[in-house]
Amino acid sequence: MRGRIVVQFLPRLASLRKRGLAGWITIIGLVMVTGVVLMTLSAPWISPHDPNEIALGPVLGPPSWSFPLGTNNMGQDMLSRLIWGGSNMLQVALLAVIVCVTVGVPVGLLCSFAGGLVDKSSSLVMDSIYAFPGLVLAIAISAMLGPGVVNMALSIAVVYVPSYYRIVRSQVLSIKELPYVEAARTIGARGRSTLLRYILPNVLPSIVAVATMNFADAILTAAGLTFVGLGLPISTPDWGWDLTYGRRLLPSGIWWVIAFPGLMIVILALGFALAGEGLSELLNPKLEQ
Amino acid sequence: MTLRSYVVSRVLLTIPMILLLLTIVFVIVRILPGDPVLVHFEKQATPAMIEEFRRELGLDKPLAQQYLDYLLGLLHGDLGKSMADFSSVGQQIFSAFPATLELSIYSMAIAVLLGVFLGARASRSYNSIEDHSIRIYGIASYAIPVFFLGMIFQLIFGIWLHLFPTGGRISLGMEPSGLTAGDFHLSTGLYTVDSLLEGNLSEFVEALRYLFLPSLTLGMVLSGIFVRLTRSNMIETLRLDFVTAARARGLSERAVLYGYALRNAFLPILTMMGLQFAALLAGAILTETTFSWPGLGRYLVDRIAFRDYTAIQGAIVFFGLLVALVSLVVDILYAYFDPRIRL
Repeated sequence: MRGRIVVQFLPRLASLRKRGLAGWITIIGLVMVTGVVLMTLSAPWISPHDPNEIALGPVLGPPSWSFPLGTNNMGQDMLSRLIWGGSNMLQVALLAVIVCVTVGVPVGLLCSFAGGLVDKSSSLVMDSIYAFPGLVLAIAISAMLGPGVVNMALSIAVVYVPSYYRIVRSQVLSIKELPYVEAARTIGARGRSTLLRYILPNVLPSIVAVATMNFADAILTAAGLTFVGLGLPISTPDWGWDLTYGRRLLPSGIWWVIAFPGLMIVILALGFALAGEGLSELLNPKLEQ
Repeated sequence: MTLRSYVVSRVLLTIPMILLLLTIVFVIVRILPGDPVLVHFEKQATPAMIEEFRRELGLDKPLAQQYLDYLLGLLHGDLGKSMADFSSVGQQIFSAFPATLELSIYSMAIAVLLGVFLGARASRSYNSIEDHSIRIYGIASYAIPVFFLGMIFQLIFGIWLHLFPTGGRISLGMEPSGLTAGDFHLSTGLYTVDSLLEGNLSEFVEALRYLFLPSLTLGMVLSGIFVRLTRSNMIETLRLDFVTAARARGLSERAVLYGYALRNAFLPILTMMGLQFAALLAGAILTETTFSWPGLGRYLVDRIAFRDYTAIQGAIVFFGLLVALVSLVVDILYAYFDPRIRL
């Protein structure tokens, strides 16, 4: 069964370059994301200094030959902090998206397939969460759970599970009525196999697109949580922290402490947003505009 | 269905939603692991002090009783007492609210105007370089953390060019007092409105100068979704027969674009404004923190720093109620403008 889904995807994605603008957007997005991920993974080898070592250079030194991205108020090398600083954010985002997919997709599939009261009540719960300002909800949960990669990922996941639920539900409701599903039932397919073999494969493309886009949301929410003081412990270098602390240095015109970590967050989030945008056009030709 | 019965049924639907929302907040703050009182003190208090503290805040009662008290309190507009000084959270929120409201109104206006303008331009030049760059702007504005954009604006327009103030709501002592005529006093808490009521133009200009950077920041971040919406709606509409007919009658392209096609995009834009309200509030929290804007968002962030859980709960409930109310109003407006929705 899994083989069949892969076969459906590959021909669409294999020739990205021939697929016009959407293909190019996807490629550019994926290149940006891959670049950041590779940089973060190879941090131990390419980082010129220990990102946590204080008094390494001058205090608040502007970009120079020995410190290309300058130093912060503790004399730490901003380039090394930049190279290391994506790891937290990537872990949190990855974990949050995994939780979202493993909760949102099955719940959406089962509840909407079951219909009736189950569908109605689960939709009410999901819609209530969905309507809530995401960051506010994440702040509430994160404030109560305390700091930590898993806790942060959980508080972000709660916010975005309804997005998956809603997209899966709307797809299941329309696919459920299609003639081929009717046909499958007529030839004796049971509920479970109808859901898994006939409906799920057609829902999957939307989930891939939503999940890619969701990485961008998760990264921005993680940065936002850090900014309001609910970040991870400061012992690990983190772009969000550097931005948050850099804000206090801004009035003295010190731009390098915020500029580079901020740009990295933008590159990462933009990469996922572009890839998500491109994928949703490629995988759902009907939406193409 | 008449408009009135639609309104009634929509209001009735809001009630379980609000109840659910209040329950979710209660579960998060009171039932999730981590005792708010213990975390608040960080173990720096004697058990007797903590007991006293709990009694004062009503946190010593059974959970079911606490839940009931919380709901009944809300019915009277009581959002609980702050852990910091036992003052009324509701009062603090109401005094911070006008600042957030003012920021939200201007940000939403900038988002819609900028988004609709760019979206309309993109649809006119469909598939050209201009269209592609506007689309990229739409995606990029979505991917920039609002506080990072705010800091860039602060740096460029405030610190380097000295054009706009980088923080606060107005210079000290310039707070407009609103309209006073004899015993009658009218003050909205919105500085741009109050200064006009007072008839003080320099205060009005000053208030706008302080508003400019924060609302531009938040407005730009939210504008992307309006670009996208206006663009796709107008591209579809521009293909319809009545547009061709309008062109055939010799109407200028501008009249066709703004008088015909854009009018058709009005309802989706209105709906989107309602939907984006939640995003607006979330963005306001970060924008207010960046620009030291004394609104609800900053209140919430301040309370987080003090581990003041009762105040955090109150602020979150207030945000939730606000969103529910706005979505109710938007749905009713929609039904008013588009009778099909009531069918």
